[in-house]
Amino acid sequence: MFPSIQTVHLKRFYTKRRSKREKETIKALDEVSLEIQPGELFGLLGPNGAGKTTLIKILTTLLLPSEGQAFVDGLDVVKQAALIRHRINMVSGGEHAGYGILTVRETLWMFSQFYGISYAVAKKRIDELLALVELKEEEKTRVNRLSTGMRQKLNFARGFINDPKIVFLDEPTLGLDVTSAMACRKFIKRWIAEHPEKTVLFTTHYMAEADELCDRIAIISHGKILSCDTPANLKRGVQKEALFEIEAFTPDSLMEQLSEIQGVLRVSSHRQPHSSDTLLRLSLQEDAVIARVLERITAMGGQIRLLRKTEPTLEDVFVSIVGRTFEEDESVRES
Amino acid sequence: MNLLESLKIHSSIELHLRTIWARAYVRFMATFRETSWALVETLLPVLGLSAYVFIYRAMRAAPEFTGYVILGGAMTAYWMNVLWSMASQFYWEKMNGQLEIFLLMPSSRMAILLGMALGGMFMSTLRAGSAFFIGLLIFRVKFSLESPFLFILAFLLTLTALYGLGMAFASLYLLWGREAWHLSNLFQEPIYLLSGFYFPVRALGVIVAAFASIIPATLGLDAMRQLMFPSTLYPLFLSVEYEILILGALSILFLGLASKALRTMEYLGKTTGTLSLRLQ
Repeated sequence: MFPSIQTVHLKRFYTKRRSKREKETIKALDEVSLEIQPGELFGLLGPNGAGKTTLIKILTTLLLPSEGQAFVDGLDVVKQAALIRHRINMVSGGEHAGYGILTVRETLWMFSQFYGISYAVAKKRIDELLALVELKEEEKTRVNRLSTGMRQKLNFARGFINDPKIVFLDEPTLGLDVTSAMACRKFIKRWIAEHPEKTVLFTTHYMAEADELCDRIAIISHGKILSCDTPANLKRGVQKEALFEIEAFTPDSLMEQLSEIQGVLRVSSHRQPHSSDTLLRLSLQEDAVIARVLERITAMGGQIRLLRKTEPTLEDVFVSIVGRTFEEDESVRES
Repeated sequence: MNLLESLKIHSSIELHLRTIWARAYVRFMATFRETSWALVETLLPVLGLSAYVFIYRAMRAAPEFTGYVILGGAMTAYWMNVLWSMASQFYWEKMNGQLEIFLLMPSSRMAILLGMALGGMFMSTLRAGSAFFIGLLIFRVKFSLESPFLFILAFLLTLTALYGLGMAFASLYLLWGREAWHLSNLFQEPIYLLSGFYFPVRALGVIVAAFASIIPATLGLDAMRQLMFPSTLYPLFLSVEYEILILGALSILFLGLASKALRTMEYLGKTTGTLSLRLQ
């Protein structure tokens, strides 16, 4: 049996015009080799601009690779694009599916026709999907009267209308409120539970989302796959380190000072919303090092509000592999 | 041909037909759900063409000139539809992220464009038909169709060539990106003049009329005017038979061009990545 998705040394470059005479080549994907088996819910985790969307676009036949090969359901994305399109579908965050003038049911019917689905099958599938995304009551509502969350639910239903073998979900919860994002995750879980033979490739930059949903995760940064394993195994890799979180009011120069303490492996800081406090996440060689850290914070005039020992998260995994947080990685890319 | 091959062809035809119908359905529904057009797009064109009717009447022009203006005024609905709803459509689909969805579907892009064209024709026919009959009633225009068959043929070929042109523009507009908006503006008024929407195109001289014949409305209007008013003394451009032949050739040319432009647009977009990126 061949993998649902396979990429072999895949590369993609973009040419960007800097001025009328000057062109710059940007490497969006760099030697990406992946294998995703049927039945997997596979996550691609990386900050904005890491190459997640480029990879999805190549796999969904919307973009040609610059070098290397990619196969979907055993078919070549360059030479057999037309055959692939019958077997896949994609849902992206923030996209608008359909036309405001049509109702929810009509919109789904329209997309079903684009896949050549007969009326009877389409009707049955639309009923199922409307129930699954909890839009049954809105089936006669015009799309232009739906809220953003409801539109994304409709978009989800659209992405599954052809009963695809492989589904690509590109940041599907982007811009959604907490309740709608939760409903979308619930839908994905339910769908994969009901269709264990199908494959989902899911990209996100929300770590908790990837952790909650995915069987395996590939961490991607600057177009390169840096690590690929189950969330548990990825976290186990950083388990040997002692992880602490400190919420404190800290002077600006503290970060540098903390990194210099013997036994401190990594420090990242996150400004707390609605307060002047900072959340520090520390990876230490051993538990005992925390005493020296607390001492330094108080010596520098910092005020500690909270201290807790934590379990590793995917963010710790990302930081341990890349050496930077998501936000820092994005700013490196932008600069 | 074995059974498997014939089944494949059958399912492929079925897929394209379903796509055409589903895409046209959006415009059918828009016609009935947004009825504000009835006022804006029927009465306003009639008001617009009235000015020309009164000018011709003040000049004591032959009565058929009133008919020319009404026919031309009604046909503007198609040209507006081709520019704003056909040519610019893919560009808008790209801007709201829907073009990607279309491109990853198995149905052909030509089927989507054909659906758009059929829906657009239906929508515009209601508008043009209303303006035409209201104009005929108000200004009491008398005409005698010399050959209804040729009239319908000229009309259908005009629409086919006109929407074929719109389908070709749809891909080109996508490649030109934000310039598309300006292009529609640029094409709107000058074509009214060059194609002779409100006067016989022959008035511009044979060379300009020949040049303007690349826009299907030019020959279509001229042919339909000749068929509606066979006894006119004013010289029209070419004979109806030639005009119908050229319209047929233009239909084939523009539909072929649309198909080629679609393939080129898709290939370029997949190579450069600009197809799916908004604001590029």
